[in-house]
Amino acid sequence: MIRVVLPAHLRTLAHVGSEVELEVEGRVTQRSVLDALEARYPMLRGTIRDHVTQQRRPFLRFFACEEDLSHEPPDAPLPDSVASGKEPFLIIGAIAGG
Amino acid sequence: MSRVRVLVGTRKGAFILESDGKRERWDVSGPHFAGWELYHIKGSPVDPNRLYASQTSGWFGQVIQRSNDGGKTWEAPGGEKTPEPGAMPPPASNKFVYDSSAETGKPLTTHQWYDGTQKPWEFKRVWHLEPSLTDRDTVYAGVEDAALFRSTDGAKSWHELSGLRGHGTGPKWQPGAGGMCLHTIILDPSDPGRIYIAISAAGAFRTDDGGKTWKPINQGLRSQYIPDPTAEIGHCVHHVAMHPSRPGVLFMQKHWDVMRSDNAGDSWHEVSGNLPTDFGFVIDVHAHEPETIYVVPIKSDGEHFPPEGKLRVYRSRTGGNEWEALTKGLPQSNCYVNVLRDAMAVDSLDSCGVYFGTTGGQVYASPDAGDNWAPIVRDLPAVLSVEVQTLP
Repeated sequence: MIRVVLPAHLRTLAHVGSEVELEVEGRVTQRSVLDALEARYPMLRGTIRDHVTQQRRPFLRFFACEEDLSHEPPDAPLPDSVASGKEPFLIIGAIAGG
Repeated sequence: MSRVRVLVGTRKGAFILESDGKRERWDVSGPHFAGWELYHIKGSPVDPNRLYASQTSGWFGQVIQRSNDGGKTWEAPGGEKTPEPGAMPPPASNKFVYDSSAETGKPLTTHQWYDGTQKPWEFKRVWHLEPSLTDRDTVYAGVEDAALFRSTDGAKSWHELSGLRGHGTGPKWQPGAGGMCLHTIILDPSDPGRIYIAISAAGAFRTDDGGKTWKPINQGLRSQYIPDPTAEIGHCVHHVAMHPSRPGVLFMQKHWDVMRSDNAGDSWHEVSGNLPTDFGFVIDVHAHEPETIYVVPIKSDGEHFPPEGKLRVYRSRTGGNEWEALTKGLPQSNCYVNVLRDAMAVDSLDSCGVYFGTTGGQVYASPDAGDNWAPIVRDLPAVLSVEVQTLP
C-alpha cells in the first residue's frame, strides 16, 4: 500500500484526510503513483500535473524520505521505503504568493 | 414574495448572499472553496438551482464546480471518486484543450506576446461561465489564453468553438495587463445562433451561426495606445452589456471610452459624455429600462481607483452621453478600491436592484435602481465577480 500526502487544498477537493492509501500495480514510480491517485480521485486530474503534457505543475514539488524528487524522471523507481509503505510520497505546494 | 441570490466570486473563495424582495436583511454563506480564486459563478436561467463556478489557483490550476441546490452543496462534475481501483475514469471537467485537429483546428498555434513576438496558446483559467438560456446542461466558458469552450453535459467535458481563434486575426491578439482573457459572453435570446464575446486585448466578436464562424465587431472603436488606433483588432474591451429585450443594442466599457452600438456591433459610437473619466471596467443595463445604463468610472489605467477617492456609480437614463452620479450610501472620501469587469449585476424585481463588488471586499446593493446604496458585506476578500439571481 502506497501512502500519499496531499497539500491541504487538494485534500479538501478530494474529500480526503491528511494521507491517502493507494494500491499500485507493478513498479512504484512517480507516474504509477500519480496514475493510481488520479484514477481513484478523478477530481485531482489536472491539479498536480498537466492534463496533456503530464508535466508537474510548476508550484508543486514531490518529496520522499527527506529528498526532493521533483526533477527525477517520472518513470524512475521511488525509494523502497515508499514502495513498502514505510514512508509517504509527499506532494507539496510552494510557499509562495498570497 | 420573490427573493434574490447574489453570487460573489473573490480572490479567496465564493460567497452567496440571499435576501427577500426588500433586500434589507441578508444571509451570507461562505467561504465556499476557501483559499481558491473564484473568477465567476453563474446560475442557469432554466434551473436557478443549477450553478456553475470557476475555481482556480496558481498552484493547482483550474477546477469547475457545479451545484444542483443553489450553492448549498457542490461537486466537480465528472470528478466523483471512482468506486474501485482500476475503474474507468469519467470525463474531466477541468480539461480545456485547444482544438488542434486538422478538420477544425487549423494552425491555431500562436498569438502576439507583450514584446511583439508570437507565443503559443496556453490555457491558464476560466474567466467567465455563461449558462445556456434554454438547456441547464449547456454552458459556455471564456478562458485565458482567449478562447471559447462549450459543454453540453453539465460541465463534465468541454470542447472549443475553434472558429473564433481560427477566423484569421488570432496572431494579432495580445494580452492586456491581466492576461489574454475572453471575459464576456452574451447569448442573444432572440436568435440562438448569435453570440457576442469580448477579449482583452483583441476586441469584440460576433457569431451568427452558433459559433462556427466569427467576425470582429470593432468598427468605431478608437484606442490611442495601439499603433493603428482604429485597427480591426487590438482594442482592450473591458466589458459589454445588453438588454435582453433589445439584443441588437450593445453597451461597452472599453479600457478608455464608453461606447454604444445600435446594430449588433457592426459599428460603435462613443457615449462617454459628461463622465468624470471614461476609464472603467463594469457596465450594465437596468432590468426594465433598456436605455438606463450604469458604469463605475475609474481614474485611469495607471491608478485603478475612483477619482477623488469618491466611489460613484454613474447612471444614464438616455442610453449614454448624459450621466448622473449616484452617491447616497457610497463612501465619498478616502475610497481607493477598484470594481472589476464582471463585478456588477442587476436583479429583475419590480424595483430593479443593482449590485457591485470591490477589490476592497465590499458588495454594495441598491434596491431602487441606484438611488440609494448600502453594503451587504464589507470585509470579503477582493471581489472578482458578482452575479444576481431573481428567484420566485
